[in-house]
Amino acid sequence: MNFDKVFKALADPGRRRLLDQLHADNGQTLTALCEHMDMTRQAVTQHLQLLEDANLVAVVWQGREKLHYLNPVPLHEMHTRWIAKFERGRLDALHDLKQKLERNDNEKT
Amino acid sequence: MKKPDYVYVTYIATTPEKLWEAIMDTNMMAQWWVDPKAGCARVNVSDWKPGSPWAHTRADGSGIVDIVGKVVEHTPPKRLVYTWARPGDAEDESKHSRVSFEIEQYTNELVRLTVAHDDLAKDPKMLEGISGGWPTILSNLKTFLETGHALPKAPAAS
Repeated sequence: MNFDKVFKALADPGRRRLLDQLHADNGQTLTALCEHMDMTRQAVTQHLQLLEDANLVAVVWQGREKLHYLNPVPLHEMHTRWIAKFERGRLDALHDLKQKLERNDNEKT
Repeated sequence: MKKPDYVYVTYIATTPEKLWEAIMDTNMMAQWWVDPKAGCARVNVSDWKPGSPWAHTRADGSGIVDIVGKVVEHTPPKRLVYTWARPGDAEDESKHSRVSFEIEQYTNELVRLTVAHDDLAKDPKMLEGISGGWPTILSNLKTFLETGHALPKAPAAS
């Protein structure tokens, strides 16, 4: 597992947005993905290639359509390697607290 | 082929034959088909002939079956396809989804395993249940094949 590639692929807001888009609607074409991205088709293609190289995006051909799928397996491995073994319980508690506080903030505004 | 709902890919340092054995042999499966959220290990029991039933069975001696289906394709060591349903829906094929395992030699050392799950739209609850499960199962499988043992046990609650 090449963690360097995964971290590098995630270190860009545009690529993270692409992953979020696939999370919302898995198996999209390049054209569909471009609709929600304010960058050129060429830039989206390059970002997708990087995500594919990191195995965060898996590609399936359906006839002439290239469909992109969010592949969470490397994220899971990263989670097992870097998070699960350290203080899981406390991190969960902290995460819950953060979410709760932020939710309260949002309700006020 | 329909558009899959989920596609999972992992690269494993092994051979297609060893990977095939790991997804067929119940003794091996019992060591890696473990999702901490689901408790005990599960094994898939079948004679693996196309058309035969298979059963996703708890490996704790209880013999409880959680998922059933039929074998669609069995081509060692390349491709395994089966349908997937709750035991209560065994006869109702309109509720069956489909799982496929595709094994390819990727480089000399690496094998690419693609698991696709499709037709889940018929059963939204199943979709929820499996979407967290496959990544865990597949990374266990990778660890098992590469290190010879399954994942370290989850740390005991303190």
